[in-house]
Amino acid sequence: MTELELPPIDYAALAPILIMLSAAVLGVLVEAFVPRRLRHPVQLPLALLAVLAALTMVVFNADKRVITIGVIAVDGPTLFLQGAILALSAVALLLIGERAVERGGAFVAHAAVTADSPEDRRQAENVGGAGEVYPLTTFAIAGMLIFVSANDLLTMFIALEVFSLPLYLLCALARRRRLLSQEAAMKYFLLGAYASAFFLFGLALIYGFTAGLGDRQAGVDFATVNAAVANSTASPVLLFAGMALVAIGLLFKAAAAPFHVWTPDVYQGAPTPLTGFMAACTKVAAFGALLRVFHVAFEGARWDFTPVLGVVAVLTMLVGALFAVTQTDIKRLLAYSSIANAGYLLVGVLAPGSEGLSGTMFYLVAYGFTVLAAFAVVTLVRDADGEATHLSRWAGLGRKSPLYASAFTFILLAFAGIPMTSGFTSKFAVFGPALEGGQVWLVIAGVLSSMVLAFPYLRVVVMMWLSEPGESTPTVAVPGGLTSAALVIGVLATLVLGVAPAPLLDLATSAADFVR
Amino acid sequence: MSDFPFLSVLTVAPLVGAVVVALLPRSRPTLAKQVALGWSLLVLALSVVMWVSWQVDGQRFQFRESYPWIPNWGVSFTFAADGIALVMLMLIAVLVPLVILASWHDAESSKRSVPVYFALLLVLECTMLGVFAAADVFLFYVFFEVMLVPMYFLIGSYGGHQRQYAAVKFFLYSLVGGLFMLAAVIGLWVVGGKTFDWVALSEVDISTGAERWLFLGFFIAFAIKAPFFPFHTWLPDAGGAAPAGAAALLVGVLDKVGTFGILRYCLPLFPDAAQWFAPWALGLAVIGIIYAALLAVGQNDLKRLVSYTSIAHFGFIGVGIFAFTTQAGTGAVLYMVNHGLATGLLFLVVGMLISRRGSALVSDFGGAGKLVPVLAGVLFFAGLASLALPGTAPFVSEFLVLIGTFTVNKPVAIIATLGIILAAAYVLWMVQRTTQGTLNPALTEIDGMKRDLNLREKFVVAPLIALIVLLGFYPKPVTDVINPAIQATLEDVGRSDPAPTVDTLQEASR
Repeated sequence: MTELELPPIDYAALAPILIMLSAAVLGVLVEAFVPRRLRHPVQLPLALLAVLAALTMVVFNADKRVITIGVIAVDGPTLFLQGAILALSAVALLLIGERAVERGGAFVAHAAVTADSPEDRRQAENVGGAGEVYPLTTFAIAGMLIFVSANDLLTMFIALEVFSLPLYLLCALARRRRLLSQEAAMKYFLLGAYASAFFLFGLALIYGFTAGLGDRQAGVDFATVNAAVANSTASPVLLFAGMALVAIGLLFKAAAAPFHVWTPDVYQGAPTPLTGFMAACTKVAAFGALLRVFHVAFEGARWDFTPVLGVVAVLTMLVGALFAVTQTDIKRLLAYSSIANAGYLLVGVLAPGSEGLSGTMFYLVAYGFTVLAAFAVVTLVRDADGEATHLSRWAGLGRKSPLYASAFTFILLAFAGIPMTSGFTSKFAVFGPALEGGQVWLVIAGVLSSMVLAFPYLRVVVMMWLSEPGESTPTVAVPGGLTSAALVIGVLATLVLGVAPAPLLDLATSAADFVR
Repeated sequence: MSDFPFLSVLTVAPLVGAVVVALLPRSRPTLAKQVALGWSLLVLALSVVMWVSWQVDGQRFQFRESYPWIPNWGVSFTFAADGIALVMLMLIAVLVPLVILASWHDAESSKRSVPVYFALLLVLECTMLGVFAAADVFLFYVFFEVMLVPMYFLIGSYGGHQRQYAAVKFFLYSLVGGLFMLAAVIGLWVVGGKTFDWVALSEVDISTGAERWLFLGFFIAFAIKAPFFPFHTWLPDAGGAAPAGAAALLVGVLDKVGTFGILRYCLPLFPDAAQWFAPWALGLAVIGIIYAALLAVGQNDLKRLVSYTSIAHFGFIGVGIFAFTTQAGTGAVLYMVNHGLATGLLFLVVGMLISRRGSALVSDFGGAGKLVPVLAGVLFFAGLASLALPGTAPFVSEFLVLIGTFTVNKPVAIIATLGIILAAAYVLWMVQRTTQGTLNPALTEIDGMKRDLNLREKFVVAPLIALIVLLGFYPKPVTDVINPAIQATLEDVGRSDPAPTVDTLQEASR
């Protein structure tokens, strides 16, 4: 497939990425030149339009299977995952753009004002939110699109930085609880920087390993790495160390244990719409990259990495499930749940063959929509001080606002994997191929952790429905059209993918083939 | 007429009814009740038609329908009923209208929406019908799990004190079992060549090790559901906290999914493993009979007491299933039906007593028969049916189980027979302490205790009493349906009777 003479650039294949990048640049210009009060009405449609245009291009590219300019592989998984990222981003953008629930939206206007100072509290009450959220988000989306299509480790690293840096910034922009937000951003940035360093170091070692290929130039593109895994004469220590370090960088983004410690703090501190964005889209991007790296580049070392990644998967599922039990904050609970889900996804990554691949991709989409709906509800349950995230405050919510409590109950049942929800079909989609691949222990660990995890979910349901509402039970804010739309889309997707998963499964199956 | 898609219509109809009832305004509770009752009667009428069009000498599985659902995984909406499923479907269709009628005022005391209560009952009916009608393992699993949700809310929202604890315990126990089953279901799918069709799966050869593990996955789920000792601890809590109507369905039908599942899935799909595990299962069943009966004797809470009696009865059913003889198997299935009728009646009557007294404690009663003679009489009858007095339906089934077991396994049969004595103890003591003896003066001060059975309640108990007596004297219509299915199941397991003498036994039991 890879011809050595430079192929002409396939602009159509790159179009989704180019559209998002230009939209981001345009967004920066809007921020510079458009009057303040018009910025939000211009930025949100701009970002949404760009996402939709990119999505259209992804659909238009549906049959494309090329590697263009040597570094971007546009193939089935790329297109599927790009489509997933864009669809989920569109929903997340609806949440990010919501300004009716809280005056000025969930994001702070002047992030540099000292947290908790009188001035800061004044701006939390009155000042409209910042518009730079949109270009930052758009940059992040563009980075994710490159990340899942990168065909060499270096491009992958650049994409990692392109989507990580805006996320670090965005985490610090919560309107309320500024100190938590800034702490989260700091933590995310520092740990993220370490993870990037690990990735980069691993990349260097892999490069060294490929130098052992006699007849071929050293390089970090996946075809070369793949060939090197099979034939290199260099020390396998280079390969194993490099593979481990690259994996650490990726597993950090995927929030797998033991590289998960940032997740609860960041999920809690970040503005909730952004938490939803990270939980849905970052997960797709991280696992998209993991799939490509382990299915394409390191395919030949499957026997070597499967036990190690298997241990990571089991650890991730158990850590996520066990710690979720003790949480008292809904955002932290969802964070640990997202860690456990990363474990289930890893089971899918480790399942051999195209079925594991398609199952994992299906899981990513299903989980993304559900988790976005979950955070949409979290943005709505609030009191005078902003969101009421402590679980005790949710007591009796079912009595006060049955509609939203029903929606959240449905979402929690989906997380718990009850049939007729996407949570069940997606678990089946990853556990089936894993069992088929002989990884019985992973499936058993998955089932056991699901049992544990059912308890915290159920506790929230009990809180909402079976407890009497207290005086401190917050009212649910009337959502604006955007949050409602996001919530409806999320819940509907959860239901439809649970009842009639066949079309998306077909799509995932037909897309489950990498170009090499 | 047998081309009519009975099973899918039967499954979907209550769901439609539930939506209708749920959408009725909260301010019109009576309308909601009437619609729910009417709807459940429609379902009953349909199932009677289905019963009539069942061909006794026909194929093992009838009314088969199949529609594609998730072709990627070989999942389809396949419904089919054998004789065992058919009688269970009938039992559900009979019980639900009676439960709705019996629960007429149950939801009002809870300050929660009345239409939702009845909608939940109908949703529950839909899932229960579905779980017995499914002939696709995936579809069965879906109903098996979804069934938890309406029951969870029925217990949790409308139950008595400790309802939260009971609802969560119920849900978690069942979910844990369900997840074991999920692992086994996926495993079965992998070894069975990616199909979920029951017929195809029953012809697959599985290696001994895999078969045992898969059997265990299914068995644990069903043993929790049934429940068998030692997985039973959730039932007294759930049964004690659930509103009486829901408890009647919980014990009368929901738990039968466990024993039905063992008959339909564990035995035919994993015949060798079933034989290998049979001594263990028999052991658990026998322990359950004695242990639960002893606990029932000591209970002071009426609903918990009835729950424990059920666990003992499920022990009998378990013995009947794992004895692997036609008589015992037929007895077990017949017991599933009769127990649904008898314990359903007992739960409903106890519920009527409790709602009058405002307390579920046996010690709060005493001599109630002097105030409410008819109700006390019905309680006595229900109790006698529950201890399997000759002339009531459970006697036939218990006798069949014991006879069928005795021919192959004498010790088990003898120990199980002790359970009958204990049954007499817990039922008679309970009846004595509540309705007989000197009148508890506190009762005379309660208005409710001055009202005997009203017309509505008579309509609830009369059909059940009639069925219990009828099946006690003439079980043939039911056994005729069950027998071929049991024989086919035992053929799947590869066991034959030492001396097939079913007919003479039935003569003896008359």
